[in-house]
Amino acid sequence: MRLSGRNLTCVRGGRQVFSGLDVSAAAGEALAITGPNGAGKTSLLRVIAGLLVPAEGSVALEGGDNELSLPEQAHYLGHRDALKPALSVRENLSFWRDFLGGDTQDTQQCLAAVALDHAAHLPAAYLSAGQRRRLSIARLLSVRRPVWLLDEPTSALDAAGQALFVGLMRDHLAGGGIVIAATHLPLGLDARELRMGGTG
Amino acid sequence: MTLTDLANPTRFLALTTRILPWLAGATAILLAIGLYQSVMAPDDYQQGATVKIMFIHVPNAWLSMFVWGVMSIAALGTLVWRHPLADVAAKSAAPIGAAFTFLALVTGSLWGRPMWGTYWEWDARLTSVLILFLMYLGLMALWRAVEDPSRAARAAAVLTLVGAINIPIIKFSVDWWNTLHQPASVFRAGGPTLDKAFLWPLLVMAIAFSLLFITLHLAAMRNEILRRRVRSLQMMQASSSRTFSAEAGSASCEGNGSKEIGIA
Amino acid sequence: MSALAALIRRDIRIALRVGGGALIGVLFFLTVTVLMPFAVGPDLALLSRLGPAILWLGALLASLLTLDRLFTADHEDGSLDLIVMSRTPLELACAAKALAHWLAAGLPLIVATPVLGLLLNLDGTATLAVALTLLAGTPALTFTGMIGAALAVTLHRGGLLLAVLVLPLSIPVLIFGVAASQAAISGPMSFGTPFSILCALSLFSLVIGPFAAAASLRHGLD
Repeated sequence: MRLSGRNLTCVRGGRQVFSGLDVSAAAGEALAITGPNGAGKTSLLRVIAGLLVPAEGSVALEGGDNELSLPEQAHYLGHRDALKPALSVRENLSFWRDFLGGDTQDTQQCLAAVALDHAAHLPAAYLSAGQRRRLSIARLLSVRRPVWLLDEPTSALDAAGQALFVGLMRDHLAGGGIVIAATHLPLGLDARELRMGGTG
Repeated sequence: MTLTDLANPTRFLALTTRILPWLAGATAILLAIGLYQSVMAPDDYQQGATVKIMFIHVPNAWLSMFVWGVMSIAALGTLVWRHPLADVAAKSAAPIGAAFTFLALVTGSLWGRPMWGTYWEWDARLTSVLILFLMYLGLMALWRAVEDPSRAARAAAVLTLVGAINIPIIKFSVDWWNTLHQPASVFRAGGPTLDKAFLWPLLVMAIAFSLLFITLHLAAMRNEILRRRVRSLQMMQASSSRTFSAEAGSASCEGNGSKEIGIA
Repeated sequence: MSALAALIRRDIRIALRVGGGALIGVLFFLTVTVLMPFAVGPDLALLSRLGPAILWLGALLASLLTLDRLFTADHEDGSLDLIVMSRTPLELACAAKALAHWLAAGLPLIVATPVLGLLLNLDGTATLAVALTLLAGTPALTFTGMIGAALAVTLHRGGLLLAVLVLPLSIPVLIFGVAASQAAISGPMSFGTPFSILCALSLFSLVIGPFAAAASLRHGLD
């Protein structure tokens, strides 16, 4: 399985964010997209996730499920948590599990994996920023998808949370998954680095 | 929630535990006497037995305004003294006030049915009560719209006071609007010309319903205080998870320091 | 299908919980209806003649105003990205969201209609006719209003702009809804003709709405 994008060009609001960019990651490989603010890290992730249409070029997953498109086989963890404060922790997670569908895992186990199992019945409004982030990470576990697209995944996490998340990413890679993360902090695992231009 | 915030509500809880049974008992006895006297009261020579709806309707109508008064005082408590019990009193009074207002509307329209031939007439008095009911519902919607009760309390307090100032203005304009369109309403019960045979049961019923309000209000305040405690306990539980996660998730020793804070 | 059921369940739950807007729509409906007699006067004969029109206008405004947050809430917290990426076709997801909205905010309006009919001096048949036409017509309001709600995400603006965009689209529904209710009350037309057209409008918007909303959402994301 191999994710590859060739000659990607992204234009947003009349401004060229990046052009002629090649991206590739093989199964079991982590790719860290680095670069200064405004270099287009988030835009690149959103292009791969199918949320932005590139002006030129295309991205595809070779060797995945031929019935499904790349976004349908990918998890996207953005800046925003996609959590509803009025719903409980468990309701939030089981909604995404049921809605995303496919190869699903037990909700309670996923919550335990991010150490939120004791808070399952509490409204998500009571969670701190780090806990909210961990709950969105539980979403990645609740449905098995080969590609993880992560946008600053560790920003809100404390040291313990980061260690926990690195462990989860390692497990994912060991299972033949692909991790593509836009980050300005070290990811904490062996990752190929894709450095995006300073002014771009 | 800090310790000083809890101090007063704690005393309040202890006090209400003792007096609530007595209040409930007194309410039940007075209601029974009032209802008995109402049934025994003679029929009106014009309205017949329907006049007895008055014994329910008038106390409810009186309470519908009285409860707004109570909420206005509580609103002052919230805005001026920032007393935590004032928020609780204001919040828990609103649904009770709405219920009394609703009963006043229903009994009013049932009373009006034989007089007007319809359940609803845009009679000045009844219309004012309807608007009061809408204001109660709006206030309840405001309480519900904001998740954090202390933030909702300020907004609700301002709305309550604005409402208290506006209610007489609304009442006056509705009266004016009504007389503009039609001669004075047929519907004219109550007033000082009331016979003694009606006055006594009405008085007893008014006291009984006021006691009923006090009982329900105190009980609702208790519930609200307990609900807020549950809420703050849940928030504590949520924030203590960081500690547990540090122990469970990875072998970080960082958690132990904050654990005591979480539990305390 | 379970994905759509989960989406509907979630949206209804949020609408009914603290901070949800389901019951505020009913309250708005009630307030607008009560306001009307102050403008036209307390003449019961006149009110019962205007009754269906007043109720329809109230329901129209109430269902539009609550639509405002249909997509913007999901856009702001990032849920919309995941919904767009998911294996469920976006058109179906939009339809599910609109259906959930109608169940949580539209149905209560119809339940409240008999009470408001009482205030406007409508008799039993008239109230039933209005409730029936609202039942057939409010889905059309929700599903056409959804297009405006999707545009609101694209334009980063909601509220009044949404109303300006969508109100003209709801004119046909208003015409046939009120016509059917009037026909049932006083004739001379038969109730069936305008009512069938009303149902046709609803079915039509059931098809058009999700496609237009999904198209607008796909292009509006950035």
